Amino acid sequence: MLSRTSVKRSSRILLTTLLLAILTITASAAAPAREVILATTTSTADTGLLDALIPIFEQKTGYIVKTIAVGTGQALALGGRGEADVLLTHAPSSELPLVNNGDVVERRLVMHNDFIIAGPAGDPAKVRGLKSATEGLSRICNSQSVFVSRGDDSGTHKKEKEIWAKLGVKPSGKWYVEAGAGMAHTLNIASEKEGYTLTDRGTYLALKKNLALDVLVEGDAILLNIYHVMQVNPEKFSKVNGPGGLAFVEFMVSPEVQRIISTFGVDKYGDPLFFPDAGKNVDDLGK
Amino acid sequence: MDLIAEGVTQAFWLLVKGDRGIFQIALLTLKVSGLATLISLAIGVPLGTAFALGRFRGHDAVASIVNTGMGLPPVVVGLWVSIMLWRYGPLGSLRLMYTPTAMVIAQTLIALPIITGLTMSGIGQLDPGIRVQILSLGATRWQLIWLLVREARLAILAAIMAGFGRVIAEVGASMMVGGNVVGQTRVLTTATSMEVGRGNFGTAIALSLILMGLTLAITSWLTHLQQKGRTTVQ
Repeated sequence: MLSRTSVKRSSRILLTTLLLAILTITASAAAPAREVILATTTSTADTGLLDALIPIFEQKTGYIVKTIAVGTGQALALGGRGEADVLLTHAPSSELPLVNNGDVVERRLVMHNDFIIAGPAGDPAKVRGLKSATEGLSRICNSQSVFVSRGDDSGTHKKEKEIWAKLGVKPSGKWYVEAGAGMAHTLNIASEKEGYTLTDRGTYLALKKNLALDVLVEGDAILLNIYHVMQVNPEKFSKVNGPGGLAFVEFMVSPEVQRIISTFGVDKYGDPLFFPDAGKNVDDLGK
Repeated sequence: MDLIAEGVTQAFWLLVKGDRGIFQIALLTLKVSGLATLISLAIGVPLGTAFALGRFRGHDAVASIVNTGMGLPPVVVGLWVSIMLWRYGPLGSLRLMYTPTAMVIAQTLIALPIITGLTMSGIGQLDPGIRVQILSLGATRWQLIWLLVREARLAILAAIMAGFGRVIAEVGASMMVGGNVVGQTRVLTTATSMEVGRGNFGTAIALSLILMGLTLAITSWLTHLQQKGRTTVQ
């Protein structure tokens, strides 16, 4: 049998750990009013941009940011239910309904980069150098070459569906792979399967060293990837942190952050991953 | 092969340099999973004992539910805990979403059926003669229960190991209710998943090695207790 003292000692250790753990965990829960929940797309997190910006925001304002990196579809859904305080997303056509029904306010243009069609160097569908994304997807579809879709209702997936819709094609079949994953996972799948995929340039550049994928189609106006920041309406959702959300919106369009965005990634990839656009008119982008 | 070498080297340096971020993540992992296991232990052992010894209407149904719960998928738990804890959910006013406490709740729900179920089968497997023997020595009802639990302690330690192993390895629920927030709710499994997503395979391998090392250390300690219990029994 376990000796009485060792049982006692073990249970004392267990009890002390339990108490300590409860204390530290409750202590680490910050006061709610000082918390800002940011629901955002995976691309801003996977490229490391938010890692560079959030600490500056926290230091400046004293707020603690909880960054929930999900697809744009889910981020907008969280915002539409008042479960987040501020959103940073990249699907303008899906954002506008939330603006119109008053779920979000203070929507501001932050930055853009572009989507590209990446694919294997062998390029079985012969899309390299095309200027039209629609023509690119059309050739991929007609040649039944593997295409890996995000399949997660993210901003990138919404853009892909927009191009298919323009083409009048409902993609399906063995060649059309729906990953149901973030951009980085989707790129890895495309690379492993020697398939094509639609990706934002930022995530592609950030992961390029691990991928056997080339940039094949770029420069089409439809491929513009535009990021907006917006505050979840505190007047509609009483539990939303209004001042915190507004502070983050103002932070993202401040000259300091816009300057950081303009050079973010240059040291690592040679080119910036995003182009700052605060204060610009969205219709002037890409001209 | 380069990748494995890179990962192992990176793990080595992260540990040697005592990287603060990694240390914090590992500590939170232990706190959350350890606390969830302890709570499940405190509830699951009495519950499992009661189910094993008690004879009540619907006993078999309860046992079936507990046994099914042992295979509860973490994402299902994550979804339901999220629904409960969201600001506009039934428990939203507690403001627990995206906190370590939320992760403890989810992991407790995952570990509890495992510890309850294995305790139940451990006590159930004891020789029925023992009960008669203990009672004939004039033990009260509570003394009987206490002695039976002690007799089944090897099985209960196995239950703790199974429960702890499940929750420390779990990623779906922690990701959903914790949100993988850096410095707040990032644990080893969610960090590994994120680093793979970012293409930092080296860091991911390093994190996975640390996770396995921690699990090995804890399980070894529990196994040691268990074996000590076994040898002195004979």
